[in-house]
Amino acid sequence: MNYHWNWGIFLEQVKSGDETYVDWLVTGLGWTLAVSLTAWIIALSIGIAVGALRTTPSRLLVLLANAWVELFRNIPLLVQMFLWFFVVPEFLPRDWSLWVKQDMPAKEFVTAALCLGFFTSSRVAEQVRAGVGSLPRGQRDAALALGLTLPQAYRQVILPQALRIVIPPLTSEFMNVFKNSSVAFAIGVLELTFQARQMQEDSEQGIETYLAVTLLYFICAFTANRGMALIEARTRVPGLIARTG
Amino acid sequence: MIEIRNVSKWYGPTQVLADASTHVAKGEVVVVCGPSGSGKSTLIKCVNGLEPFQQGTITVDGISVGDPKTDLPRLRARVGMVFQHFELFPHMSVERNLALAQIKVLGRSKEEAAARGVALLDRVGLRAHAHKFPGQLSGGQQQRVAIARALAMDPICLLFDEPTSALDPEMIGEVLDVMVELAQEGMTMVCVTHEMGFARKVAKRVVFMDHGEIVEDAPAARFFDTPASERAKTFLARILHH
Repeated sequence: MNYHWNWGIFLEQVKSGDETYVDWLVTGLGWTLAVSLTAWIIALSIGIAVGALRTTPSRLLVLLANAWVELFRNIPLLVQMFLWFFVVPEFLPRDWSLWVKQDMPAKEFVTAALCLGFFTSSRVAEQVRAGVGSLPRGQRDAALALGLTLPQAYRQVILPQALRIVIPPLTSEFMNVFKNSSVAFAIGVLELTFQARQMQEDSEQGIETYLAVTLLYFICAFTANRGMALIEARTRVPGLIARTG
Repeated sequence: MIEIRNVSKWYGPTQVLADASTHVAKGEVVVVCGPSGSGKSTLIKCVNGLEPFQQGTITVDGISVGDPKTDLPRLRARVGMVFQHFELFPHMSVERNLALAQIKVLGRSKEEAAARGVALLDRVGLRAHAHKFPGQLSGGQQQRVAIARALAMDPICLLFDEPTSALDPEMIGEVLDVMVELAQEGMTMVCVTHEMGFARKVAKRVVFMDHGEIVEDAPAARFFDTPASERAKTFLARILHH
């Protein structure tokens, strides 16, 4: 391999300005974290609600929730990014459409976070539905028999148990959010992958660049994994392991 | 107190309740028995509206259960239910299990709910276990907590759905003792159970079901000594001789 290694490249100034390459990567990491965490909050709130709706006795609600899941599950994420960025604004009422195209602050960021959030919500919803489905039906009956309303039964009895059960698959989703956020570069979010491409072209040190970025993504996903493991340990119910295993 | 009139229920094409009628007066203990699949559990789950039914009427304290205008949560709060598999909420401590509905449904303060909970735990002999989680208790203890949880709502009647059939034999007694005590205090109770000793001791009437029908509805002594139908005779012979 005839390659000129230069690990000092990160501290050198970029050709087009007075920043260093580290500054680019730090900015990229910041946007990656911003997109990922915002998307995760959206995915959790919508995913839990949609997943829970899919287990209710109301046929209409189940149908709508199923439609939501199928919509976002069956289209590639990259295509969804383009749809939200280029297509959806065209179908908004005229004033909104203009505002989105011309004045909306951080348009790329907002679009990417919403898109990734919705996409991930359909996956979270699947898992929450499975978690609720794995509980004995008697839990719902017992909650209702005490006079709780169905929403109260979900809030107090069903979801706290279902969410504990699905923490391991949700962990994978949380890690996926960081990895999938790299798709946002396609609509111009200045996140890590975008910065990496820019640095590669500017510095011509592609290998160092992508190895550094690989490490940063790894750290993000791994931290997410450890964080969820901590939550799992903190929410463990005494005596419950015997019942499930 | 409870009036069941001509109730029929189908799951798709399968009829699970066929024109069932009976009643339970205030302070009465009625035992419902019958072979498995006879519709006993379904019948009592219709009484608090956990199971819908397609024909007939059920009223509890004058309120129609099947009427779409009935506030079911409010009605259920007054009708206690105890389940075969206890159905304590495993992610909550015993005291929280007892307090939850008192606070969320009856609007009691935390202190009131806790005080009532402790008093009832005391009564079922489990005061020392208030801070434990259901998974840390034996089956018999869990079922006693479940009875205390139902009592915490100050119900006008209690429904028992095979309360001892998931228990190890040595734990059945402790649960039946609590139920006998309640019966003797005048609690209105409907018990789906195969504990014929319990039925003989405290039941005023026995309702015998088979294939969704109420085949016999007789005073307890008469049901045991001179059952009218062949089906009841066969059933009794089977469960008393095993």
